Amino acid sequence: MNAAPGPDGPAEGLSFKREMLSNLPNLRAFAVSLIGSPDRADDLVQDAIMKAWGKQESFTPGTNMKAWLFTILRNEFYSQMRKKGREVQDSDGYFAERLSVHPAQYGSLDMRDFRRALEQLPDDQREALILIGASGFAYEEAAEICGCKTGTVKSRVNRARQRLQEILSVSGAADYGPDPEVGQVSDTAFVV
Amino acid sequence: MPLNPPQKTTGSARPSAQKTDDVNAQISSKLHQLYETVREEEIPDRFLDLLEKLDEAEKASGRETSK
Repeated sequence: MNAAPGPDGPAEGLSFKREMLSNLPNLRAFAVSLIGSPDRADDLVQDAIMKAWGKQESFTPGTNMKAWLFTILRNEFYSQMRKKGREVQDSDGYFAERLSVHPAQYGSLDMRDFRRALEQLPDDQREALILIGASGFAYEEAAEICGCKTGTVKSRVNRARQRLQEILSVSGAADYGPDPEVGQVSDTAFVV
Repeated sequence: MPLNPPQKTTGSARPSAQKTDDVNAQISSKLHQLYETVREEEIPDRFLDLLEKLDEAEKASGRETSK
């Protein structure tokens, strides 16, 4: 699907450019899913393009350019976050601002609710979920992109799913509103 | 085993395995939908221009250095 060199072969600046172009839709989709705001995402894509262009010697023609570009983009993302002093959010602190999403009230999950929930995930979990769940990477590839172990990717994806489930199905107990504690008070609650 | 007998599942404590699957499926499909929507958009001109410029700049500097 992606690793095969095009009909006009690898090598040469022209096909580097062309191959890069053919990967841009994916790169943008990754950036928007990762960041949420399309404008900020495109700024990041632009930075990634420049970075990638500047280091094109480090790309081995015939290998997976999509993965290479994704790596550059996510590294850029994290380094910009650090520069802005906005540290990569630690998991629980961020989630503490509980969401009041009630998607199930309406029977199905609204896209806006979903995006809002996605934004509540810690960056590393959101990233892993997108790479595996949408970008079509294998766990090994995602691990290489993120610079971590395969097992780490797996556990991030699992935690991401769990957390999204928590956020999004909180309204399973719709009558009681979105307070997660309500769900945990099991049988004893009936003894009132 | 603290398995709740089924008759106890009233109100809030509905059997939730199916619900979980349901939410999971929705998560997957929404994520795909979000990603695909962006992926199917046209590449913005700013990127086409940028690549064009980078390419030209490289050719120009290549000409200078390679003689």
